[in-house]
Amino acid sequence: MKKKILMGSHAVAEAVKLARVDVISAYPITPQTVIVERLAEMVERGELKSRYVRVESEHSALAVVYGASAGGSRVFTATSSHGLLYMYEMLWWVTNSRLPVVMAVATRAIGPPWNIHTDHNDALTIRDAGWIIGFAESVQEAFDMTLQAYKIGEDKRVLLPVMIALDGFILSHTSEPVLVPEEEEVADWLPPREPLPFKVEPGKPFAVGNLGPDNVTMELRWNAWKAAERAKRVIEEVSAQYEKRFVTGTSSGLVERYETEGAKYLAISIGAWSGDVKEAVDALREEGYDVGLARIRYVRPFPREELRDLLSSVRAAVVLDRSVSMGHMGILGSEVRAVSERTPVKNVIAGIGGVDVSYKDFISILRGFVEEYEAGLSGEWSVAEWYMPWVTER
Amino acid sequence: MGMRYVPSDLEGEANKDLEDLRNKLLSRPSPGASGPTGSWRLFRPEVSAAKCVKCGICWLYCPEDVIAWTQRELPRIDYTYCKGCGVCASVCPTKAIEMVVEGE
Repeated sequence: MKKKILMGSHAVAEAVKLARVDVISAYPITPQTVIVERLAEMVERGELKSRYVRVESEHSALAVVYGASAGGSRVFTATSSHGLLYMYEMLWWVTNSRLPVVMAVATRAIGPPWNIHTDHNDALTIRDAGWIIGFAESVQEAFDMTLQAYKIGEDKRVLLPVMIALDGFILSHTSEPVLVPEEEEVADWLPPREPLPFKVEPGKPFAVGNLGPDNVTMELRWNAWKAAERAKRVIEEVSAQYEKRFVTGTSSGLVERYETEGAKYLAISIGAWSGDVKEAVDALREEGYDVGLARIRYVRPFPREELRDLLSSVRAAVVLDRSVSMGHMGILGSEVRAVSERTPVKNVIAGIGGVDVSYKDFISILRGFVEEYEAGLSGEWSVAEWYMPWVTER
Repeated sequence: MGMRYVPSDLEGEANKDLEDLRNKLLSRPSPGASGPTGSWRLFRPEVSAAKCVKCGICWLYCPEDVIAWTQRELPRIDYTYCKGCGVCASVCPTKAIEMVVEGE
């Protein structure tokens, strides 16, 4: 085990290298570019024996790794925002062909206006595409989750693609100390990919996804549905096994529980700003507020049961959303509402377009949420609240 | 009644699902893998023995591989699978293939 100072992007590249990926294809887009730039350097220097395929678009990048994965290779691609949207069609081909492609998404707002800073709307647009979707909180976690993504996606019980989201700039361009396991250790833990569910190779012709009766489509979706349900258990197993072996200090499972023991109020979040929410929780605990944080690590498969348990033991919850679905509420807000049986859930939309939200903002958001609940105002929570303290119109 | 899935024997269920997935997702090459597509046909290609020079261009261009041809014989069209697209008639250099309305 080595301790290195790495930016989030370089940490992801380091994990891809340790996973001994066979084929990499990507198209540059800020803030993701640094990931594949570093991988290109590794290939150029001969440190990484991968085929690096340059393409003219993200649609092609995903198509290249789709083909390579169908041929039994371990693959990687990465993108952000508009690039991810350009891949959209291929995302579904990958899932519905059940290929364990791994992709990193350095999250970035979608234009217009042009904006290179983070929010979660890009990554969450693929919510229904059948990918396993993880959100990292720290650089270490981006590293760990990328490595684990191969073990999870390639597992015979799963066979689904995995996307790991790391907040653009906040994680992708920030350097943190990262514990990096030795090559031989990783090679032992993550053996070469077994080419499942099939391997396309010369001389053995077959078609993937040929035209068939309608019921076959529905039955194949049911097949993937079951895999996604099993993936919950596999994620728990793989992340716990990883943490036991490499002890990098990140959480495992689908949800991280922070100060939730005996909490009366619960904040729920994903991604990098969860670190700031934790600071706010600490500050509020000192002031006597019984607040805890449930940090969702995997948005798909969604931790229904875990959240239902957490919600049932608190008075109220607030979902901190860095994404929005116009005409309804925050994307995470609606996800959490759907599993809450009786607990009122407030939804706060903040940090859209990379607007900075500090732990002080979270203190004020969380304090406001508790005070509203205690004043009997939770009936107003059916409409999501936008947190924009610099705007005076009310 | 509907179906609900709660994983119990992960390994065993995964093995069954993998087999099911391969059966439904993959198809091996075989004649008429999508059924008797000849029923889709509105126009039927008919080869004129008088005009045909047995060049094999129709055989080469047929997108469905339903034309059998050797250098000494007239092309033979498999009407069970021919969809009647008309590519053969279009590429024939001697206009030896006529598209006839089906049923006439």
